[in-house]
Parts: sequence; structure tokens; C-alpha cells
Amino acid sequence: MQVPAPFEYERATSVDHAISLLERLGGTARLIAGGHSLLPMMKLRLANFDYLIDINDLHGELGYVEAGPDEIRIGALTRHRELLESPVLAAAFPIFADAERVIADPVVRNRGTLGGSLCQADPSEDLSAVCTTLDARCVIRGPGGAERVVSMEDFHVGPYETAVADDEILVEIRLPVRPGCGSAYAKVERRAGDWAVVSAGAAVWLDGGAIVDARVGLAAVGPNTTGIPAISAALRGQEPSESLYEQAGAIAADSCDPVTDQRGSADYKRHLAAELTRRTLRRAVERARS
Amino acid sequence: MTTVHERVDTFHDNDQKPVGYGRMLRKEDPRFLRGRGRYVDDVQLPGMLHLAILRSPVAHARIVSIDTSAAEASPGVKAVVTGAMLAQQNLAWMPTLSNDVQAVLATDKVRFQGQEVAFVVAEDRYAARDALELIDVEYDVLDPVIDARRALESDAPLIRDDLDGKTNNHCFDWETGDEAATEAVFARADVVVSQDLVYPRVHPAPMETCGAVADYDAVDGKLRLWSTTQAPHAHRTLYAIVAGLPEHKIQVISPDIGGGFGNKVPIYPGYVCAIVASIVTGKPVKWMEDRSENLISTGFARDYIMRGEIAATRDGRILGIRTNVLADHGAFNGTAAPVKYPAGFFGVFTGSYDIEAAYCKMTAVYTNKAPGGVAYACSFRITEAVYLVERIVDCLADELGMDPAELRLKNFIQPEQFPYTTKTGWVYDSGNYEPTMRLAMEMAGYDELRREQAEKRARGELMGIGIAFFTEAVGAGPRKDMDILGLGMADGCELRVHPTGKAVVRLSVQSQGQGHETTFAQIVAEEIGIPPADIEVLHGDTDNTPFGLGTYGSRSTPVSGAAAALVARKVRDKARIIASGMLEVSVADLEWEKGAFHVAGDPGRSVTIQDIALRAHGAGDLPEGIEGGLEAQICYNPSNLTYPHGAYICVVDIDPGTAQVTVRRFIAVDDCGTRINPMIIEGQVHGGLTDGVGMALMEMIAFDEDGNCLGASLMDYLIPTSLEVPDWETGFTVTPSPHHPIGAKGVGESATVGSPPAIVNAVVDALKPFGVRHADMPLTPSRVWDAMRGQARPPI
Repeated sequence: MQVPAPFEYERATSVDHAISLLERLGGTARLIAGGHSLLPMMKLRLANFDYLIDINDLHGELGYVEAGPDEIRIGALTRHRELLESPVLAAAFPIFADAERVIADPVVRNRGTLGGSLCQADPSEDLSAVCTTLDARCVIRGPGGAERVVSMEDFHVGPYETAVADDEILVEIRLPVRPGCGSAYAKVERRAGDWAVVSAGAAVWLDGGAIVDARVGLAAVGPNTTGIPAISAALRGQEPSESLYEQAGAIAADSCDPVTDQRGSADYKRHLAAELTRRTLRRAVERARS
Repeated sequence: MTTVHERVDTFHDNDQKPVGYGRMLRKEDPRFLRGRGRYVDDVQLPGMLHLAILRSPVAHARIVSIDTSAAEASPGVKAVVTGAMLAQQNLAWMPTLSNDVQAVLATDKVRFQGQEVAFVVAEDRYAARDALELIDVEYDVLDPVIDARRALESDAPLIRDDLDGKTNNHCFDWETGDEAATEAVFARADVVVSQDLVYPRVHPAPMETCGAVADYDAVDGKLRLWSTTQAPHAHRTLYAIVAGLPEHKIQVISPDIGGGFGNKVPIYPGYVCAIVASIVTGKPVKWMEDRSENLISTGFARDYIMRGEIAATRDGRILGIRTNVLADHGAFNGTAAPVKYPAGFFGVFTGSYDIEAAYCKMTAVYTNKAPGGVAYACSFRITEAVYLVERIVDCLADELGMDPAELRLKNFIQPEQFPYTTKTGWVYDSGNYEPTMRLAMEMAGYDELRREQAEKRARGELMGIGIAFFTEAVGAGPRKDMDILGLGMADGCELRVHPTGKAVVRLSVQSQGQGHETTFAQIVAEEIGIPPADIEVLHGDTDNTPFGLGTYGSRSTPVSGAAAALVARKVRDKARIIASGMLEVSVADLEWEKGAFHVAGDPGRSVTIQDIALRAHGAGDLPEGIEGGLEAQICYNPSNLTYPHGAYICVVDIDPGTAQVTVRRFIAVDDCGTRINPMIIEGQVHGGLTDGVGMALMEMIAFDEDGNCLGASLMDYLIPTSLEVPDWETGFTVTPSPHHPIGAKGVGESATVGSPPAIVNAVVDALKPFGVRHADMPLTPSRVWDAMRGQARPPI
């Protein structure tokens, strides 16, 4: 048994209560939701916090998937399993179910949350790539109920670093809904449940035969999950085709910045960035058309 | 020699059979399934303290100073012990199982990352762990030796300066076979193929990590030690020798063990620390290592850098096999192998083939890595040997343009050649290889698979078919050839039948999940006719079981299985005499049917084994010269190893875009002689095949250039799950061992030995369109992609 350093434990009863605790305890405290990244790090003593604030009781307040006319709103404490099983997401953004099927295992998915995944800000994390692909907006609440909304690009400020301040909580993720959308996710892993060697999400919006907009998000090929504006620019206004996917793949390979590690060489990861970009775009277009 | 071969779907359900061999559910499983197993970490004793070990953060450094004062002052801490303190008691170093020495706690230098430096004993595990952070060690960091290929370079840092006169990192040299004869065969061969191969360092990674609870009673001088050991009796004797404690005052208890795979054969410093801590504090002390400690410091496996060479005629007759091996033994030679076999049983690298000459030259070196050597279901290095031969036979098939199945069939040792003495001196007891191979090919639909492959290749799809055929050598001794630190490899068994006809069997071997409580009950049941449910199997407690060398190298059934059968026959012989008295006939007039003796020609006049047991303990007269009671004891010294064999066929698909390998099918036909409980055998095979997928595709203990272990958690050291493996297709043939009392051979490691080459052969076969002839494990997507681009490279 690996044992963490000593810490104190508080259970938040409301979002405002959690924020007030954070205000008081500051950087010595950490929120815990699913805990599947935080607890292993604490057991290995790679992360040491004086206080853990357990927000699992806030699931009633922060666990939801709600469809509006222009956007889908997802509470930050929505569990992986709920995302996987959500009919709203299945209809609008099948990329979620694609990704959830390859995230960890059912035990982790029963417990882990969307907000926790994003706040962990692991460069290999799948839902960050999904949210990047879908141009998600992150709603952050601070003392006094003040809310601010940031893009995924602004949310992740570095590996394991987010825009959420010590006295703030990520409360909601908003996904803009536009017509003609298709989306898909693909991941290469060394073993089921492992972090991605590389993964890619793609979303396209078609009008008639042409691509109105397209977005690709990659994980594990840079300091943060990466959206690639150049692909969007190259695809807008074009008819989907294999050569277009090739072009997008080439841009993906050029735009990313992978490193060699136990999961694979930088060259291989660059190759995967291209391969998975092609595959997910192809799939997203098929879905947009069907 | 009789060989029976059947498809596994000829379901041998022996529920109708009152006793003996056949499928039956495992007697131990209700305990495990209901959470009632009792493992070392479940042991709770009054006043028990907890021990945590401080480990070296660097691979090679001189210890300048250790300050323990802050740790000693930490709340709940009872003792802090360093190597210097152990040295005062002459306990800082201990012998390894290979006549080397290993530091219990480092005194002069640390020699691998994770080496034990000091320990803390405290009131609970948290306090002990927290206090480790307060020990201040000053290290003078030295250059490490990480690449075994460079260990013998003249400017390589000297690791073992603790050994008198040691000036380099050489560990040992070993050779086998006939060098000149092999050279002659190679010189006249039409075809010679040579291939460099690496079997990377892997780890057994048992579910339960290693640990111990030591309880030394200063009043009666008795040490009770619960520990995760596969060899409780051998450990007891070694503790007596090392610590100077009298052997009768040491009780080693190995309770339920959560997987061993060889990882729990050695004596680890942690066990010794727990004993010292209990003596020092006068309290019971528990030490359980955590997952990272297990992965970075305990017995690893493999780490062989090999060159294989094979010589053959143009028409595919294999003439000779030659190999040169560089073995990385880490910082201390902790190999757990019979003393006369420093390379284990690697000498069986000639495989299942009738060849003219063979030769192996091996050099072993020290490096700044965790010690160990033989661990992990390898049958003492047969895993490496089988991988070598089965890989280079495939290379030869490729060179000759021959089908790999055909090449193997052409070169098999023939059934009439058994017992067969190999060119490296091993005497294979029995075998009939072709039917096993043919059955595997039939189950696989081999010809159809080749047709499918041809069609797929034409479409640019990557499909591979890999074959491995292995001969294992399991069941060490005999004692004259095989010993561990002077302890002969033989095993005891004791059988006691109670008055009501229930029985208890006591074994010297120790289960780590193999199902001994069921298998050994079945062996005794088959011989004596008492149902397995009425037979209690006890093991793992040195005060209550006969002496023996323990469970590893698939030796339980070959050695203790024989002992159990023979002890039961001994009891049956006595029962016959008692029965003759009860039925008032001569012994010669009695016939045995399972469970009862009856008068020949008069089946109505019979007594059951239960009747006899009652008489043996009862008030009635017994025949002249017969003592009361119905029990016997034996120590079985095997006359030879047993040599199971098997044919494995693996089918893989590779995604050409991502280079991911999927094991689509795996056909495993095993021949382990007489089959006692087919369900348990299949379970063993399934586990071993899964191991094989892990080693072939993902597992490797890697180090960076500074000697940092890169596989220190199960997030970094990947082991396969059910999602990486196909539905196993198992079959069997039966070629009994001629020298084993019931014809059984071992099977525990067969699948771990045989599956990696089958998988690698399949991947290489799939990559043939890219001109690939070899790619080293682990075949991760990245490494397969390298191979597809002609850039296959060794993993180390």
C-alpha cells in the first residue's frame, strides 16, 4: 500500500461552501471529485496538499447534461459514465461516446468527472481533446458567485495548469451547437485504459456538400491538448475528400510538438497525428452526412 | 510410449467419477471468492509495529553520511536502523541464492535505484512512511553502468568493490555443448542464419507484493515469520544459516499467496529487516512493500542479449544451433537457480529438434540495476532458450523459403528416440511432437489461415501467423545434480488418514494460486479412494509440513505430485494388510477397486478405506506386526526432470496505419503427460498465455541513462488485461512421463515459455511484406511502426 503524506479532509455541501473553503485554504487545498488522477499522485507523494475538499456531494448541483437551442451545457461533476450514456450527447456529439469508450475502465468511469478531467490538464487527457475539438467554453465560478467564461485555449495554460484560480471552481462546460455537425474521436494506446500515445478528435459542420467549419483537437503531442486552427482554415469551404484529409493530416503532423517517451517516438507520434486526423475527419464527415 | 491426443471439446467431466482425476471446482476458491483468504498483510498481532524502508533515489553512489535524528524524533517512531548499525551485528550483508552476497542495508555504496538504505519502525504504516522523509542521506553520486554491453569496458565504473580483488564488472562465464563439433557442422552447412535477439528485462508483478510479519519471542527464543515465500522450508534453513538462529526455533509461515511467478523465491532484504526489527523492538513487526518497491527492487526476469545462429541443409535439415549470450544480472547475482546451473536450464536451447551439434557461450555482468535473474515463470531460463530457438528457426524458414510448420515437423525428435539426450546433455524423458503439432494446426485451420493471409496481403492488409513449439524441462532435482545453497531439490509429503476415513496431506511445496489444495487432494484420492472433499491439504507452515524445496520452476506436480501419489500408495499397502485381517484372507487374495478392497472372486466381501481407517485406530486386533494408525511419510527425489511440450499458433492482425497489433486467435496445445484436473491446467495455460501477450507486446522494465527505473508503477509498467487477449483455444495431447509415478509433468510455466515466440513470430510474419525478419519485444505500436519502416531496433 502506498500511503500519502498527512492531509485534512473537508466535505463541501454546496458550490458556495466549496468556494468559501477554497478562499480560506487557498493553494494548500485541492478539490477532489473522482480522484483517479489526484489520489495516485498523492500516494506517490508527487502531489502533497494540506487539505482535500471533497465535492462529490455536489453532484446534484453540478451533474447534468442539458440541451439548449444554441448550446449543450454539462455540469462539471458529470461522471464519465453519464457522458457515455447521455442520449443528448449521442445525438449531438458522438465524439463523446467514442472517447469515453477508451477512457480508463468502467470503475474509473463510474467515478471520474468531466470537470476533474479538464482541471487535471494532463496533455494526454481525452476529454480535453474532445472539448478542444468542440470549441467548448468553460464556466469558472469564484467568490461571491462571480462567473467568467473562458475558451479551452485559455483554460489550459500549461501542462497540469489551468486558468482556474485557487479560490475558483470550474462549474460548467458549454458546447456550441450548430447544424450539420459530425464528430469522431480516435486514440492509439499501448493497452486498454492507458493514456493516449496520441489521440485525435475531429468535428465538421457541413452545409450542402461543403464544409462550413471543421476543428481538430489532438492529445499527447504537446504541452496541452492542441486545437489546430490551420486545419480549420484549410478545410472551410471545401468539399470533403481523401486528399483534403491528407492535407489536414499533414498540417496536424507539422503543427504538433511530440516528445519521445515510453509510449513512443516523436516521429511515430507525429505520424499518428496525421493518421488519426485523417481517420477522425473521415468518420466525422460520414456522421455529418448520415 | 503412449500418446493420446484429443480435442479439448471432448469434455472430460468426471463428475460421475467418485474420486480422482478430472474436472472439479477448486476447493480453495470459496475462500478467495468470499474474501476469506488470509494473506501476509492480513496478519494482525497484538502490539504489532510497522516497518518502512528508505531506498536509494540514485543508481550508483557512495554514501557519505546518514542522519537519522529527525526521523527518530518523529511521532510514533520506535527505531531507525541503518546499514552501519546492521554491520555491527554482522548482518549488513547476506548471501544470495547464487553464492553472491547482497546488502541488506547499504553500508558503503548504493548500487541500484531502489536499494535498501535504512528502515524505520513505527506504530503505524503512515508514521513509518512519513519518517522516511526525515532521514537525511548525503550521496556522492557515481557514474552508473546501465548498458550491459559496456559493463566490461576498461573504463566502466566498478560496481562490486565490496568483493575482494574485484577489478571489473564480470559476474560469471558459462558454456555448454561442443564448440568444435558445432563449428564443424556450421562449416559444412549449406545455410547459416544468424540473428541478434534481446529478451528485455521484465517483472513478475504479482498482484500481492512481497512482505513479512516477524514475531520474535525473546523468552523462548522462537521466531515466527509470516512471509510471502514460495519456498518456506528453504527460507527457514537459510535464515538459520544467515542469522545464526537455531533452525528448530524458526517457524516460517507462508499463508495465502497472491501470485508468485518466481518473484517470491529469493530472500529479500525486507524480510531480514523485519526480523531484525522484531528482535530490536521486542514486538511483532510487519513490512509490506508497495507496488513501486516491488517493481524497482525485487526479482526481475530475463535481460538476455543473445545472438542465435542456426545451420541447416538447403532442404531444411537443421544441423546445429549456436548462441552467444550477454546476461545482465544487476547489482548482485540474486539468481534463484540450482547452484550448478548459473544460467538456469538455458542449455535446452536446442529445443525440440534432433540436431548434430550445439554450443552456447555466456557472459554475465553486473550493472547498476535491481538484482535478481531468474524469476517470472521461466522454468530457470527456459523462457529465454525457447524464445531463442523458436525465433531463429523462423528466421531459417524465412531464409529457406519454407513454411515454418513444415520446417519444424521435418526436424522434430522422433517418438522412438526417447529418452533423448540432447547435444547439451539434457535427457528428455518422453515426447511425441508431431501429433501435438498436427492437432494445433488442425485446430487453427492452418492451411486456411495461410490462404486468408495471402488474400489479405494482396489487399495490403497485415495478418501474421506465428508458430512456436517448445519442450520444457521442469521438476528440479534430482538432488545429486540440483541444490540451492547445498539443499537438495527433493520434496516431502505426509499423509494421515483419520479414524473416520477423512485425511490430511501435508506438503513441502507452497501454492501461490496454482490450486494445490485441489490437485493434491485429487492425486491422493485417485490412489486411495477417499473423495477429494474429504482430504485436507496443508502447506506453507514449516512447523507442520515436511521439508522440501518449494514451488517454482513448475516443480510441484513433478516432484510433490509424485510424493503425494507414492505416500498414498504406502498407506494403501498398509490398508491392504489391515483389510486382509478384517476379511480373514491373505493379502494376495485382495483386489483393490477405488476406495475398497474385496476378496478376489467375491466382490460382496469387501471393506472400504473408511472401514480400514476405523479399524487402524480402533480397539480390534490388527494383523501381526502392524502398528496402529494409518499414515505414512515420504521424501521424493526425482530421478530426472519431466519434459512437457506444446505447439502454439498465434494469429495477429496489424493496423497498417497505426501499427497496433491485435492478437486475433491463439491456439495452445499442451502435453503435460497425465492430466489431473484439466480445468486447473487450462487456467494455468490461460494465465501463462496472457503473460506472453504482456511480454511480447508491452512489458519491459526500462532504465534511463542515469539508471532511473522507468517502470516503477503499473501506470508505467503495463501488464495485459482481458481486453488485450483473445478467447484462448486450448487443446492437449497426453504423453506420460515414464519415470513419474503417475506419468504427470509440470505445466505451470509452459504457456509463459511458449507464447512469446509464437506472438513475435506472428508479428514478424505479418510484417514480411516490409522485408522484416526480426523485431525485438516489446512490440509496442511505436516499435512495430519502426520495423515497418525498416528501422527495427533493440529495446536496449
